[in-house]
Amino acid sequence: MLEIKNLHAEVEGKSILKGINLTINKGEVHAIMGPNGSGKSTLANVLAGRDDYEVTQGSIFFDGKDISELEPEERAGEGIFLAFQYPVEIPGVTNTTFLKEALNAQRKYRGEEELDGMEFVKMLRGKTKELGIKDDMLKRAVNVGFSGGEKKRNDILQMAVLNPKLAVLDETDSGLDIDALRIVADGVNKLRSENNAILVITHYQRLLNYIVPDQVHVLAHGEIRRSGGKELALELEEKGYADYSGEAA
Amino acid sequence: MAATLETVEQVKSLEMEKYKYGFVTDIESDKAPKGLSEDTVRFISAKKNEPEWLLEWRLKAYRHWLTMPEPTWGKLQHAPIDYQDSYYYAAPKSNEDRPQSLDEVDPELLKTYEKLGIPIREQEVLAGVAVDYVFDSVSVATTFREQLKEVGVIFCSISDAVQEYPELVKKYMGSVVPYGDNKHACLNSAVFTDGSFVYIPKGVRCPMELSTYFRINELNTGQFERTLIVADEGSYVSYLEGCTAPMRDENQLHAAVVELVTMDDAEIKYSTVQNWYPGDAEGKGGIYNFVTKRGICRGKNSKISWTQVETGSAITWKYPSCILQGDNSVGEFYSVAITNGRQQADTGTKMIHLGKNTTSRIISKGISAGKSQNTYRGLVRVSAKAEGARNFTQCDSLLVGDTCGAHTVPYIESKNRSARLEHEATTSKISEDQLFYCRQRGISEEDAVGLVVNGFCREVLQELPMEFAVEAQKLVSISLEGSVG
Repeated sequence: MLEIKNLHAEVEGKSILKGINLTINKGEVHAIMGPNGSGKSTLANVLAGRDDYEVTQGSIFFDGKDISELEPEERAGEGIFLAFQYPVEIPGVTNTTFLKEALNAQRKYRGEEELDGMEFVKMLRGKTKELGIKDDMLKRAVNVGFSGGEKKRNDILQMAVLNPKLAVLDETDSGLDIDALRIVADGVNKLRSENNAILVITHYQRLLNYIVPDQVHVLAHGEIRRSGGKELALELEEKGYADYSGEAA
Repeated sequence: MAATLETVEQVKSLEMEKYKYGFVTDIESDKAPKGLSEDTVRFISAKKNEPEWLLEWRLKAYRHWLTMPEPTWGKLQHAPIDYQDSYYYAAPKSNEDRPQSLDEVDPELLKTYEKLGIPIREQEVLAGVAVDYVFDSVSVATTFREQLKEVGVIFCSISDAVQEYPELVKKYMGSVVPYGDNKHACLNSAVFTDGSFVYIPKGVRCPMELSTYFRINELNTGQFERTLIVADEGSYVSYLEGCTAPMRDENQLHAAVVELVTMDDAEIKYSTVQNWYPGDAEGKGGIYNFVTKRGICRGKNSKISWTQVETGSAITWKYPSCILQGDNSVGEFYSVAITNGRQQADTGTKMIHLGKNTTSRIISKGISAGKSQNTYRGLVRVSAKAEGARNFTQCDSLLVGDTCGAHTVPYIESKNRSARLEHEATTSKISEDQLFYCRQRGISEEDAVGLVVNGFCREVLQELPMEFAVEAQKLVSISLEGSVG
């Protein structure tokens, strides 16, 4: 589904990613772990196509299509979803309005019929029920006055509504207490299926207790230094990132 | 100042010359001669078959206008207005002079109509196309007028009102905005061509929202429009002015006057959507919109509420105000002002507290984009006798990009110690993070700006009547197109 080859990227002229190779298949969960400054968040932003994150070499194929030149909204339409480390507030725009705009924009991009108000609300109610989210959250402005945990749950709700092929969770566990962490993980697990894939980007191992990965990759100095099974995460938890602190030989 | 004086002298000398030959203008002509003089004023009055008192009033206004300086306190820049280079009266264009079909209309304008979802027939009317079928709006208006008549509501053009209800017009016209109020209002008093008149009798709740839209077929009323609304004791009316569709007008100078009067326990809700041509990207050719709007809450427990969405015009100079004379009366001002390109807006309100326990509320949302300048200017004045007066003001500015300007200029004058006045102001910018967040969810950059701005204005937009609100939301997004990326 996702095939990254020899990806180099820079931010404001500074080289951050230095030759990433990564393949993720349908139904898989991958985790990328690494110390601060290793390029984890840059990878997430490059995948989403954020301005100022420039690919200088290599390619990103998604479902067989080269997406490295697509705009962020086009990548979203292709089925890439990014759960943010710090979800943004949009005053005055209700969650319902935001979700409807987003979903219909994506449907339009894919040449699908847009949902009308009734159909949309019905679908939305189904999702909130499934995730155990109270309906009053839908009437509130996007993330305004939300606690850290509520913001993350809101991201999960967006993910459920938009139903992406690939969800990238960018340090979504930062700042969450253990209960909130569990709620987020439960949400993600409910959305796991044969047809989608998840890329969890995290500094800590604890989230991986709840979202169990098929593969773990260690990112350091802009490269994947090591890949392995879920046990690799436990090893990192124990030993830290000291082994990966030096520049590549 | 020197330049203004010079103009005045010139105008005077021109007049003198004309007087030598007397009153020469041909009354049968469809157009008043170019320029402004007593003759122009007499021509307009004669064309409208007005009574002597109104002609006298117009002339008094004209003579006073000659002596008045232009208001200079707005944060606006424009070349001096050449009043002698305009026409002040023109009968509606004949069909031959108009575009014969939509094919002859500016495609940019048509694109906007399409985005707003305006039906073809209405597009033709708005673009001034020569069409000869009877509009739905005309028959609709007739039906409504009959319904209004049943409950005693008068809703007609101000010209008709002068003929049919001269006593009412004489009593109230100029009672809220005297002709000498400011130079623009003074000009309007001298040369106003048409506008609306509304009278709601005692105890009547107007059964429908009144809209100038019903009068869409009456073209050429935009330039010097004059509106007067009187709500008698215990009555209520909601009035909508304007149109979300951009209106074509060849006259660059607009100077409108609106006067509202509420008696005891009466309420007027006045909503405006203004979308006159803003000019091209360089700011050429846009409308200069100098508007004087004022309401007086004359009776106790009465209420006047202004809601405006200002997106058009090259220059907007406008301060819908409330004089809160009756005890316990309430004034409200809800405003969204959007400027893009080279537009300049200096807009706000005046709340004048005279009566006891009077309350006012001001919510202003200014959005600037492109190279535009957007100023909120507002006055809250509490007189010595206005025991227990209260005001709440909130002014928020939003910047799109970094080549525009937002300014907030509040004036607060209180002569009564019991007054409670609150003022809150914020300035923010649409952040890259907000835009990226929206785009990552699939929303294009332009739509994202529209979404964020609509959220920012929500408090004001929801004050608009339902149908208008939906259109206004679309308009907000469209106004900001091309402001990012």
